[in-house]
Amino acid sequence: MALATDIKPPPSAPKLIEDLTFLNEVVERTAGVSRLEMCIQCGTCGGSCPSAADMDHTPRMLFAMIRAGMRQAVLMSNTPWICVSCYHCVVRCPQNVHIADVMYTLKSMAIEAKLYRDSTAPDFSKTFVDMVEEYGRSYEFGLATRHYLKHFPLRLPGMSPMALGMLTKERMSIRPKRIKNIKQLKAILQRAKELDVKAQRPVA
Amino acid sequence: MTKYLYYPGCSMETSAKAYGFSLAKIAPLLGLDLEEIEDWNCCGATEYLGISLTPAYALISRNLALAAQQANGSRTVVAPCSACYLNLAKADYYMHEQPKLAQNVNEALSAGGLSYKPGSLTIRHLLDVIIYDIGLDVIKSKVTRPLTGLRVAPYLGCMVPRPDYEKRWSDPEHPIELDLLLKALGAEVIDFPLKTHCCGGHMTQIGPETAFELIRRLIASAAQYQADIMVTLCPMCQMNIDAYQGEVNHHFGTVYHMPIVFFTQLIGLAFGLDAKELGFGLELVSARKALEKIGIEAPEPAPAAPRPRKQEGLPMPKPLPNKATKLSEKGKVEK
Repeated sequence: MALATDIKPPPSAPKLIEDLTFLNEVVERTAGVSRLEMCIQCGTCGGSCPSAADMDHTPRMLFAMIRAGMRQAVLMSNTPWICVSCYHCVVRCPQNVHIADVMYTLKSMAIEAKLYRDSTAPDFSKTFVDMVEEYGRSYEFGLATRHYLKHFPLRLPGMSPMALGMLTKERMSIRPKRIKNIKQLKAILQRAKELDVKAQRPVA
Repeated sequence: MTKYLYYPGCSMETSAKAYGFSLAKIAPLLGLDLEEIEDWNCCGATEYLGISLTPAYALISRNLALAAQQANGSRTVVAPCSACYLNLAKADYYMHEQPKLAQNVNEALSAGGLSYKPGSLTIRHLLDVIIYDIGLDVIKSKVTRPLTGLRVAPYLGCMVPRPDYEKRWSDPEHPIELDLLLKALGAEVIDFPLKTHCCGGHMTQIGPETAFELIRRLIASAAQYQADIMVTLCPMCQMNIDAYQGEVNHHFGTVYHMPIVFFTQLIGLAFGLDAKELGFGLELVSARKALEKIGIEAPEPAPAAPRPRKQEGLPMPKPLPNKATKLSEKGKVEK
């Protein structure tokens, strides 16, 4: 985990207006009412987190950085990608900040800004989503093979007994299953994407 | 019979087949009438939410819109999978909390001729329905083969008891519902301290070492408490602990053998149903020994455990398993 002193300040100190923009942007793009502005920096989130040890910044630290307008450092942090969505922090947060949902928002913003360093996690999400958009159902076999070949080819031999077990017990299907009205789903998702793009266009 | 709208979720037909089979067997006995939502789609699991906002919620909400359309005598949607349950509940709750989200999602849905009014359905998990609608008394009355002597670790994982928007569970971190159910079946239930801790979720795919440690903690704790078997209600938890146990053992140099099955499978056993029909034998870490302990024969010969990988490269000193691991292994042997 990085210490506060390890965090490099952005090239130029952010202006106050930019600070507000970033915090507001994260809040705006989070589903529901995120209550991110309410964070009192108590650190309950990081203390409750089962995977905090692998994070660049604890959630508390990350939220302070969001307020400080450290856009680049925040979107480069591995923290949202290490979050396992266990919601321990969410139920313990004295301010009811929707921490897990803020993490989802930061992931989508990092993908958009192309600022993540390790592509494994974003690629996994994207591959999963590609399959869902194509078939309307998740497709584990296609997902696993595409993902492992790209990111963990060396893990494949060690995993073959498991994969074989899953296949012989028919717990994984080689062929994907498609919903009947995939056309309808595709139309819905297409419209949804257009709405997101429209909403995210910076205000002139 | 109480009627519900049923959202199975993708894994019930694939990786969590045993959950699907056993639920189909016990539902009529419990008086659960589960009407599947016609042409439902994937909920997006934990992946779509991290890509883009409106499409993720539109994907989830197509299911809600279809369910609301189909609703006839029931407005309660039941989901057996944790991620599905949370996503459906979350979409309904957030669209209610933030009308702008509901507006955008409905505009997207309209491209497919659908719409959904937030709050018009009730989203519940299968265990919630079994405990609070069917009730423990009914369950007890159907038990013909109590699971006496079987030590079980009740494991719920994260997404059912948390964040619990509607406050349906007794506690977000130590809920007692699953314990009560398993006790009603006659099993010996350990007070499992990690019952709602994380199994690593999708980290087995993207950051295996993070996930392996989380899985190790769960298995080690269950083994320390000398549980014969872990019992879950989440397809992802089952998959991580079952299918990755070999890799976890390899990674830490441990020799755990901790089977994990779905609670519906144990309900079926206690109701006297056939183990094979309940999907026993589909787990990769065989539950055969645990079943033998209560005099039930496993449906098929235990498959050979996945062989540990050969050590690549030059011989290197093995990392020592930590004390906790050693103790629990010893405990297992002594038993």
